[in-house]
Amino acid sequence: MTKSMNADDMHSLVDQLEPEEQRRVIESLTPQDPQAAQTVAAWSKQRVELSSLHLDALKEPIPSSLLQAANRASDLQLALERHWRHVGVAASVLLAFGVGWISHGQLSNQPESSIALAKGRMEHEFVRQAGFAHSVYMPEKRHPVEVAASEQDHLVQWLSKRVGKPLKIPKLSAMGYELVGGRLLPGESGARAQFMFQNEQGSRITLYLGAINPQTDSANETGFRYEAGGVAPSFYWTDQGVGYALTGQVDRERLMAIATLVYQQL
Amino acid sequence: MNHQPIVAHIPGLRRYARALTGDVWAADDLVQDTLERACSRWRLWSAGTDLRAWLFTLMHNLFIGQVRQGLTRAKLVPTVDLDDVEHELHAPDTSTDFAIDLQRCLLRLPDEQRVVLLLVTMEDMAYEQVAKITGTPIGTVMSRLSRARERLRELMDESREPSVTRVAANPTPVLRRMK
Repeated sequence: MTKSMNADDMHSLVDQLEPEEQRRVIESLTPQDPQAAQTVAAWSKQRVELSSLHLDALKEPIPSSLLQAANRASDLQLALERHWRHVGVAASVLLAFGVGWISHGQLSNQPESSIALAKGRMEHEFVRQAGFAHSVYMPEKRHPVEVAASEQDHLVQWLSKRVGKPLKIPKLSAMGYELVGGRLLPGESGARAQFMFQNEQGSRITLYLGAINPQTDSANETGFRYEAGGVAPSFYWTDQGVGYALTGQVDRERLMAIATLVYQQL
Repeated sequence: MNHQPIVAHIPGLRRYARALTGDVWAADDLVQDTLERACSRWRLWSAGTDLRAWLFTLMHNLFIGQVRQGLTRAKLVPTVDLDDVEHELHAPDTSTDFAIDLQRCLLRLPDEQRVVLLLVTMEDMAYEQVAKITGTPIGTVMSRLSRARERLRELMDESREPSVTRVAANPTPVLRRMK
Protein backbone atom coordinates (compact mmCIF):
# COMPACT_ATOMS: atom_id res chain seq x y z
CA MET A 1 0.00 0.00 0.00
CA THR A 2 1.36 3.38 -0.90
CA LYS A 3 0.67 6.96 -0.12
CA SER A 4 -1.09 7.36 -3.43
CA MET A 5 -3.67 4.70 -2.68
CA ASN A 6 -4.82 3.70 0.79
CA ALA A 7 -6.82 0.65 1.79
CA ASP A 8 -10.14 2.51 1.78
CA ASP A 9 -9.54 3.62 -1.81
CA MET A 10 -8.81 0.07 -2.81
CA HIS A 11 -11.97 -1.25 -1.13
CA SER A 12 -14.08 1.36 -2.88
CA LEU A 13 -12.46 0.45 -6.17
CA VAL A 14 -13.27 -3.22 -5.71
CA ASP A 15 -16.76 -2.77 -4.29
CA GLN A 16 -18.11 0.18 -6.22
CA LEU A 17 -16.65 0.12 -9.71
CA GLU A 18 -17.89 -1.95 -12.60
CA PRO A 19 -15.50 -4.78 -13.60
CA GLU A 20 -14.63 -2.92 -16.82
CA GLU A 21 -13.55 0.19 -14.94
CA GLN A 22 -11.72 -1.91 -12.36
CA ARG A 23 -9.63 -3.49 -15.08
CA ARG A 24 -8.78 -0.08 -16.48
CA VAL A 25 -7.73 1.27 -13.08
CA ILE A 26 -5.64 -1.81 -12.34
CA GLU A 27 -3.88 -1.46 -15.69
CA SER A 28 -3.07 2.19 -15.18
CA LEU A 29 -2.02 1.55 -11.58
CA THR A 30 0.38 -1.29 -12.38
CA PRO A 31 3.42 0.75 -13.56
CA GLN A 32 3.39 3.25 -10.70
CA ASP A 33 2.28 0.94 -7.87
CA PRO A 34 2.44 -2.72 -8.83
CA GLN A 35 1.76 -3.91 -5.31
CA ALA A 36 -1.47 -1.95 -4.98
CA ALA A 37 -2.51 -3.08 -8.44
CA GLN A 38 -1.94 -6.68 -7.42
CA THR A 39 -3.92 -6.29 -4.22
CA VAL A 40 -6.84 -4.68 -6.03
CA ALA A 41 -6.79 -7.44 -8.64
CA ALA A 42 -6.74 -10.15 -5.95
CA TRP A 43 -9.55 -8.57 -3.94
CA SER A 44 -11.57 -8.06 -7.07
CA LYS A 45 -11.22 -11.73 -8.01
CA GLN A 46 -12.11 -12.69 -4.44
CA ARG A 47 -15.24 -10.58 -4.60
CA VAL A 48 -16.38 -12.32 -7.76
CA GLU A 49 -15.71 -15.71 -6.18
CA LEU A 50 -17.60 -14.86 -2.99
CA SER A 51 -20.56 -13.47 -4.86
CA SER A 52 -20.95 -16.77 -6.69
CA LEU A 53 -20.69 -18.88 -3.53
CA HIS A 54 -23.80 -20.87 -2.51
CA LEU A 55 -25.85 -19.50 -5.38
CA ASP A 56 -27.74 -22.79 -5.33
CA ALA A 57 -29.24 -21.77 -1.98
CA LEU A 58 -31.20 -19.09 -3.83
CA LYS A 59 -32.96 -21.65 -6.02
CA GLU A 60 -33.69 -24.35 -3.47
CA PRO A 61 -37.28 -24.83 -2.36
CA ILE A 62 -37.88 -23.13 0.98
CA PRO A 63 -38.46 -25.54 3.90
CA SER A 64 -42.00 -25.38 5.21
CA SER A 65 -40.90 -24.46 8.73
CA LEU A 66 -39.26 -21.33 7.36
CA LEU A 67 -42.27 -20.54 5.22
CA GLN A 68 -44.55 -20.82 8.23
CA ALA A 69 -42.41 -18.50 10.30
CA ALA A 70 -42.24 -16.00 7.44
CA ASN A 71 -45.99 -16.11 6.97
CA ARG A 72 -46.53 -15.49 10.65
CA ALA A 73 -44.27 -12.45 10.46
CA SER A 74 -46.04 -11.27 7.31
CA ASP A 75 -49.43 -11.57 8.98
CA LEU A 76 -48.18 -9.40 11.82
CA GLN A 77 -46.79 -6.93 9.33
CA LEU A 78 -50.10 -6.76 7.49
CA ALA A 79 -52.02 -6.31 10.72
CA LEU A 80 -49.76 -3.46 11.69
CA GLU A 81 -49.97 -1.80 8.28
CA ARG A 82 -53.73 -2.21 8.31
CA HIS A 83 -53.78 -0.56 11.69
CA TRP A 84 -51.91 2.49 10.46
CA ARG A 85 -53.93 2.58 7.28
CA HIS A 86 -57.08 2.41 9.34
CA VAL A 87 -55.94 5.35 11.43
CA GLY A 88 -55.16 7.24 8.24
CA VAL A 89 -58.44 6.40 6.53
CA ALA A 90 -60.47 7.13 9.62
CA ALA A 91 -58.73 10.45 9.90
CA SER A 92 -59.31 11.44 6.30
CA VAL A 93 -62.95 10.33 6.39
CA LEU A 94 -63.47 12.40 9.48
CA LEU A 95 -61.57 15.20 7.85
CA ALA A 96 -63.89 15.19 4.85
CA PHE A 97 -66.87 14.87 7.13
CA GLY A 98 -65.58 17.56 9.43
CA VAL A 99 -65.01 20.07 6.67
CA GLY A 100 -68.46 19.35 5.30
CA TRP A 101 -70.03 19.55 8.70
CA ILE A 102 -68.40 22.84 9.59
CA SER A 103 -69.35 24.48 6.32
CA HIS A 104 -72.82 23.00 6.59
CA GLY A 105 -73.17 24.43 10.07
CA GLN A 106 -71.99 27.80 8.94
CA LEU A 107 -74.20 27.95 5.87
CA SER A 108 -77.50 26.55 7.04
CA ASN A 109 -77.16 27.60 10.64
CA GLN A 110 -79.58 24.79 11.47
CA PRO A 111 -77.68 22.05 13.25
CA GLU A 112 -79.29 18.68 13.82
CA SER A 113 -79.58 19.08 17.57
CA SER A 114 -78.73 21.39 20.39
CA ILE A 115 -76.12 18.96 21.72
CA ALA A 116 -74.37 19.02 18.40
CA LEU A 117 -74.61 22.77 18.43
CA ALA A 118 -73.10 23.02 21.89
CA LYS A 119 -70.43 20.56 20.97
CA GLY A 120 -69.71 22.31 17.74
CA ARG A 121 -69.52 25.67 19.47
CA MET A 122 -67.23 24.30 22.15
CA GLU A 123 -64.93 22.74 19.58
CA HIS A 124 -64.93 25.83 17.48
CA GLU A 125 -64.12 27.90 20.52
CA PHE A 126 -61.31 25.55 21.49
CA VAL A 127 -59.80 25.76 18.03
CA ARG A 128 -60.28 29.51 17.94
CA GLN A 129 -58.39 29.89 21.21
CA ALA A 130 -55.69 27.56 19.96
CA GLY A 131 -55.36 29.67 16.82
CA PHE A 132 -55.27 32.82 18.88
CA ALA A 133 -52.54 31.45 21.17
CA HIS A 134 -50.67 30.30 18.12
CA SER A 135 -50.76 33.70 16.49
CA VAL A 136 -49.65 35.41 19.69
CA TYR A 137 -46.67 33.24 20.57
CA MET A 138 -45.60 31.81 17.24
CA PRO A 139 -43.81 35.00 16.05
CA GLU A 140 -42.32 35.69 19.49
CA LYS A 141 -38.53 35.82 19.21
CA ARG A 142 -37.42 36.32 22.77
CA HIS A 143 -40.00 34.46 24.80
CA PRO A 144 -41.82 31.98 22.60
CA VAL A 145 -42.12 29.56 25.51
CA GLU A 146 -42.24 29.67 29.30
CA VAL A 147 -40.32 26.46 29.87
CA ALA A 148 -37.69 25.46 27.36
CA ALA A 149 -37.38 22.04 25.76
CA SER A 150 -34.19 21.43 27.71
CA GLU A 151 -36.33 21.11 30.83
CA GLN A 152 -38.73 18.64 29.29
CA ASP A 153 -39.35 16.53 32.38
CA HIS A 154 -40.04 19.56 34.46
CA LEU A 155 -42.22 20.98 31.70
CA VAL A 156 -44.37 17.86 31.45
CA GLN A 157 -44.76 17.60 35.19
CA TRP A 158 -45.59 21.23 35.59
CA LEU A 159 -48.07 21.41 32.74
CA SER A 160 -49.71 18.10 33.71
CA LYS A 161 -50.32 19.46 37.18
CA ARG A 162 -51.77 22.70 35.91
CA VAL A 163 -53.95 21.15 33.23
CA GLY A 164 -55.04 18.40 35.60
CA LYS A 165 -54.31 15.54 33.18
CA PRO A 166 -51.18 13.51 32.69
CA LEU A 167 -49.59 14.94 29.57
CA LYS A 168 -47.04 13.61 27.18
CA ILE A 169 -44.95 15.53 24.68
CA PRO A 170 -45.00 13.92 21.25
CA LYS A 171 -41.78 13.56 19.30
CA LEU A 172 -42.14 15.12 15.87
CA SER A 173 -38.57 14.83 14.68
CA ALA A 174 -39.76 12.31 12.07
CA MET A 175 -41.53 15.24 10.43
CA GLY A 176 -38.59 17.57 10.96
CA TYR A 177 -39.92 19.41 14.00
CA GLU A 178 -38.16 19.76 17.32
CA LEU A 179 -39.68 20.89 20.58
CA VAL A 180 -39.01 24.52 21.49
CA GLY A 181 -40.88 24.39 24.77
CA GLY A 182 -44.25 24.95 26.32
CA ARG A 183 -46.40 27.43 28.16
CA LEU A 184 -49.50 27.50 30.26
CA LEU A 185 -52.54 29.46 29.11
CA PRO A 186 -55.96 30.19 30.54
CA GLY A 187 -58.86 28.49 28.79
CA GLU A 188 -62.61 28.56 28.96
CA SER A 189 -62.85 25.38 31.01
CA GLY A 190 -59.51 25.38 32.80
CA ALA A 191 -55.85 25.59 32.05
CA ARG A 192 -54.50 24.87 28.60
CA ALA A 193 -51.00 23.92 27.58
CA GLN A 194 -49.27 24.96 24.42
CA PHE A 195 -46.28 23.11 23.04
CA MET A 196 -44.28 24.79 20.34
CA PHE A 197 -42.25 22.95 17.71
CA GLN A 198 -39.94 24.38 15.12
CA ASN A 199 -38.34 22.91 12.01
CA GLU A 200 -34.96 23.69 10.47
CA GLN A 201 -36.44 26.45 8.33
CA GLY A 202 -37.69 28.14 11.50
CA SER A 203 -41.33 27.43 10.74
CA ARG A 204 -43.32 26.89 13.92
CA ILE A 205 -46.34 24.79 14.75
CA THR A 206 -48.15 24.62 18.06
CA LEU A 207 -49.99 21.87 19.84
CA TYR A 208 -52.66 23.28 22.08
CA LEU A 209 -54.37 21.01 24.55
CA GLY A 210 -56.54 20.95 27.61
CA ALA A 211 -59.23 19.07 29.48
CA ILE A 212 -62.61 19.59 27.90
CA ASN A 213 -65.87 20.24 29.57
CA PRO A 214 -67.50 16.82 29.90
CA GLN A 215 -71.00 18.31 29.83
CA THR A 216 -70.79 19.58 26.32
CA ASP A 217 -68.46 16.97 25.04
CA SER A 218 -70.13 13.90 26.61
CA ALA A 219 -66.64 12.33 26.62
CA ASN A 220 -67.03 11.07 23.09
CA GLU A 221 -63.85 10.85 21.15
CA THR A 222 -63.79 12.95 18.05
CA GLY A 223 -61.85 12.20 14.91
CA PHE A 224 -59.65 14.75 13.23
CA ARG A 225 -61.40 17.91 12.21
CA TYR A 226 -59.84 20.51 9.99
CA GLU A 227 -60.40 24.20 10.37
CA ALA A 228 -58.79 26.64 8.00
CA GLY A 229 -60.92 29.65 8.80
CA GLY A 230 -58.88 31.08 11.66
CA VAL A 231 -55.50 32.75 11.78
CA ALA A 232 -53.80 29.52 10.75
CA PRO A 233 -55.11 26.11 9.74
CA SER A 234 -55.74 23.65 12.58
CA PHE A 235 -56.51 20.04 13.11
CA TYR A 236 -58.64 19.39 16.11
CA TRP A 237 -59.51 16.17 17.89
CA THR A 238 -60.35 14.86 21.33
CA ASP A 239 -59.08 11.82 23.10
CA GLN A 240 -59.87 10.64 26.63
CA GLY A 241 -61.27 13.91 27.82
CA VAL A 242 -58.48 16.03 26.37
CA GLY A 243 -58.92 18.30 23.40
CA TYR A 244 -56.05 18.84 21.01
CA ALA A 245 -55.52 21.44 18.32
CA LEU A 246 -52.50 21.36 16.09
CA THR A 247 -52.00 24.69 14.38
CA GLY A 248 -49.53 25.95 11.84
CA GLN A 249 -49.06 27.52 8.43
CA VAL A 250 -48.52 24.17 6.82
CA ASP A 251 -50.38 22.63 3.92
CA ARG A 252 -53.26 20.36 4.84
CA GLU A 253 -51.65 17.00 3.99
CA ARG A 254 -48.56 17.80 5.98
CA LEU A 255 -50.47 19.13 8.95
CA MET A 256 -52.61 15.99 8.76
CA ALA A 257 -49.50 13.82 8.79
CA ILE A 258 -48.12 15.64 11.82
CA ALA A 259 -51.47 15.40 13.60
CA THR A 260 -51.50 11.66 12.91
CA LEU A 261 -48.02 11.39 14.38
CA VAL A 262 -49.11 13.26 17.49
CA TYR A 263 -52.24 11.14 17.81
CA GLN A 264 -50.23 7.94 17.60
CA GLN A 265 -48.00 9.01 20.47
CA LEU A 266 -50.50 10.41 22.93
CA MET B 1 -41.80 1.28 2.45
CA ASN B 2 -40.46 -2.08 1.47
CA HIS B 3 -43.41 -3.99 0.10
CA GLN B 4 -41.49 -7.12 -0.68
CA PRO B 5 -42.89 -9.87 1.49
CA ILE B 6 -40.63 -11.48 4.06
CA VAL B 7 -40.77 -14.74 2.10
CA ALA B 8 -38.87 -13.04 -0.72
CA HIS B 9 -35.94 -12.47 1.63
CA ILE B 10 -35.63 -16.09 2.77
CA PRO B 11 -33.40 -17.34 -0.08
CA GLY B 12 -30.94 -14.49 0.47
CA LEU B 13 -30.92 -15.04 4.23
CA ARG B 14 -30.35 -18.78 3.78
CA ARG B 15 -27.47 -18.20 1.43
CA TYR B 16 -25.77 -15.69 3.69
CA ALA B 17 -26.31 -17.90 6.74
CA ARG B 18 -24.82 -20.84 4.86
CA ALA B 19 -21.66 -18.90 4.10
CA LEU B 20 -21.58 -17.61 7.67
CA THR B 21 -21.96 -20.99 9.39
CA GLY B 22 -20.66 -23.27 6.67
CA ASP B 23 -23.49 -25.68 7.29
CA VAL B 24 -26.89 -26.08 5.66
CA TRP B 25 -28.70 -27.15 8.84
CA ALA B 26 -27.08 -24.61 11.13
CA ALA B 27 -27.84 -21.96 8.52
CA ASP B 28 -31.52 -22.85 8.29
CA ASP B 29 -31.74 -22.90 12.09
CA LEU B 30 -30.32 -19.40 12.12
CA VAL B 31 -32.84 -18.26 9.49
CA GLN B 32 -35.63 -19.87 11.49
CA ASP B 33 -34.52 -18.05 14.66
CA THR B 34 -34.32 -14.82 12.68
CA LEU B 35 -37.87 -15.17 11.41
CA GLU B 36 -39.14 -16.06 14.89
CA ARG B 37 -37.48 -12.96 16.23
CA ALA B 38 -38.98 -10.91 13.43
CA CYS B 39 -42.38 -12.11 14.65
CA SER B 40 -41.73 -11.16 18.25
CA ARG B 41 -40.12 -7.82 17.44
CA TRP B 42 -42.36 -6.83 14.60
CA ARG B 43 -43.52 -3.67 16.32
CA LEU B 44 -39.95 -2.48 16.60
CA TRP B 45 -39.59 -2.47 12.86
CA SER B 46 -40.48 1.01 11.67
CA ALA B 47 -42.31 0.99 8.39
CA GLY B 48 -40.40 2.76 5.69
CA THR B 49 -37.05 1.37 6.74
CA ASP B 50 -35.29 -1.33 4.82
CA LEU B 51 -36.83 -4.72 5.66
CA ARG B 52 -33.83 -6.61 4.31
CA ALA B 53 -31.40 -4.63 6.44
CA TRP B 54 -33.62 -5.19 9.47
CA LEU B 55 -33.71 -8.95 8.93
CA PHE B 56 -29.96 -9.05 8.47
CA THR B 57 -29.53 -7.07 11.68
CA LEU B 58 -31.69 -9.55 13.57
CA MET B 59 -29.71 -12.42 12.12
CA HIS B 60 -26.41 -10.76 12.91
CA ASN B 61 -27.37 -10.25 16.54
CA LEU B 62 -28.51 -13.85 16.86
CA PHE B 63 -25.32 -15.12 15.28
CA ILE B 64 -23.10 -12.98 17.49
CA GLY B 65 -25.12 -14.16 20.49
CA GLN B 66 -24.40 -17.75 19.53
CA VAL B 67 -20.72 -16.97 19.03
CA ARG B 68 -20.50 -15.33 22.45
CA GLN B 69 -22.14 -18.30 24.12
CA GLY B 70 -19.80 -20.60 22.29
CA LEU B 71 -22.79 -22.16 20.61
CA THR B 72 -21.66 -21.46 17.10
CA ARG B 73 -21.55 -24.59 15.10
CA ALA B 74 -19.20 -23.04 12.57
CA LYS B 75 -16.26 -24.60 14.40
CA LEU B 76 -17.86 -28.02 14.44
CA VAL B 77 -19.32 -27.97 11.00
CA PRO B 78 -16.21 -28.83 8.98
CA THR B 79 -16.21 -32.23 10.65
CA VAL B 80 -19.33 -32.92 8.66
CA ASP B 81 -18.07 -31.17 5.58
CA LEU B 82 -14.74 -32.91 5.53
CA ASP B 83 -16.42 -36.21 4.76
CA ASP B 84 -17.73 -34.54 1.68
CA VAL B 85 -14.35 -33.04 0.98
CA GLU B 86 -12.77 -36.47 0.93
CA HIS B 87 -15.11 -37.46 -1.88
CA GLU B 88 -14.95 -34.14 -3.61
CA LEU B 89 -11.17 -34.19 -3.74
CA HIS B 90 -11.42 -36.95 -6.29
CA ALA B 91 -14.52 -35.62 -7.96
CA PRO B 92 -14.15 -34.09 -11.40
CA ASP B 93 -16.37 -31.12 -10.56
CA THR B 94 -13.75 -28.45 -9.94
CA SER B 95 -16.28 -25.71 -9.27
CA THR B 96 -17.68 -27.64 -6.29
CA ASP B 97 -14.13 -28.29 -5.19
CA PHE B 98 -13.39 -24.64 -5.32
CA ALA B 99 -16.55 -23.68 -3.43
CA ILE B 100 -15.66 -26.10 -0.63
CA ASP B 101 -12.17 -24.63 -0.43
CA LEU B 102 -13.52 -21.12 -0.34
CA GLN B 103 -16.04 -22.00 2.36
CA ARG B 104 -13.38 -23.75 4.41
CA CYS B 105 -11.09 -20.73 4.25
CA LEU B 106 -13.99 -18.42 5.10
CA LEU B 107 -14.62 -20.40 8.27
CA ARG B 108 -11.03 -19.91 9.30
CA LEU B 109 -11.52 -16.15 9.38
CA PRO B 110 -12.47 -14.62 12.72
CA ASP B 111 -16.28 -14.37 12.92
CA GLU B 112 -16.42 -10.58 12.89
CA GLN B 113 -14.19 -10.44 9.80
CA ARG B 114 -16.23 -13.07 7.96
CA VAL B 115 -19.43 -11.16 8.70
CA VAL B 116 -18.13 -7.90 7.23
CA LEU B 117 -16.58 -9.56 4.19
CA LEU B 118 -19.77 -11.46 3.35
CA LEU B 119 -22.08 -8.49 3.84
CA VAL B 120 -19.90 -6.38 1.54
CA THR B 121 -19.23 -8.93 -1.19
CA MET B 122 -21.93 -11.59 -1.17
CA GLU B 123 -24.69 -9.20 -0.12
CA ASP B 124 -23.28 -6.16 -1.91
CA MET B 125 -24.07 -3.85 0.98
CA ALA B 126 -22.67 -0.35 1.44
CA TYR B 127 -20.08 0.10 4.19
CA GLU B 128 -22.43 2.38 6.14
CA GLN B 129 -25.13 -0.27 6.06
CA VAL B 130 -22.70 -2.91 7.27
CA ALA B 131 -21.72 -0.57 10.10
CA LYS B 132 -25.39 -0.22 11.07
CA ILE B 133 -26.12 -3.93 10.88
CA THR B 134 -23.08 -4.91 12.92
CA GLY B 135 -23.40 -1.96 15.27
CA THR B 136 -19.77 -0.95 14.81
CA PRO B 137 -18.14 2.30 13.69
CA ILE B 138 -17.37 2.53 9.99
CA GLY B 139 -13.63 2.65 10.71
CA THR B 140 -13.88 -0.75 12.37
CA VAL B 141 -15.81 -2.10 9.39
CA MET B 142 -13.07 -0.92 7.03
CA SER B 143 -10.22 -2.37 9.06
CA ARG B 144 -12.04 -5.69 9.46
CA LEU B 145 -12.65 -5.73 5.74
CA SER B 146 -8.95 -5.15 5.07
CA ARG B 147 -7.89 -7.90 7.41
CA ALA B 148 -10.53 -10.29 6.08
CA ARG B 149 -9.52 -9.72 2.48
CA GLU B 150 -5.83 -10.15 3.14
CA ARG B 151 -6.28 -13.19 5.34
CA LEU B 152 -8.62 -14.90 2.91
CA ARG B 153 -6.19 -14.16 0.11
CA GLU B 154 -3.39 -15.90 2.03
CA LEU B 155 -5.57 -18.86 2.94
CA MET B 156 -6.79 -19.30 -0.62
CA ASP B 157 -3.25 -19.02 -2.00
CA GLU B 158 -2.20 -21.78 0.37
CA SER B 159 -5.15 -23.95 -0.59
CA ARG B 160 -4.42 -23.48 -4.28
CA GLU B 161 -1.29 -25.56 -3.82
CA PRO B 162 -1.61 -29.20 -4.93
CA SER B 163 -4.38 -30.90 -3.00
CA VAL B 164 -2.27 -33.72 -1.53
CA THR B 165 0.16 -31.38 0.19
CA ARG B 166 -2.66 -29.01 0.95
CA VAL B 167 -4.43 -31.31 3.33
CA ALA B 168 -1.18 -32.43 4.90
CA ALA B 169 0.39 -29.02 5.06
CA ASN B 170 -2.61 -27.13 6.40
CA PRO B 171 -4.34 -29.36 8.85
CA THR B 172 -7.15 -27.48 10.45
CA PRO B 173 -7.83 -28.11 14.13
CA VAL B 174 -10.90 -29.94 12.97
CA LEU B 175 -8.87 -32.32 10.85
CA ARG B 176 -6.74 -33.13 13.81
CA ARG B 177 -9.80 -33.77 15.88
CA MET B 178 -11.03 -36.28 13.35
CA LYS B 179 -7.86 -38.31 13.35
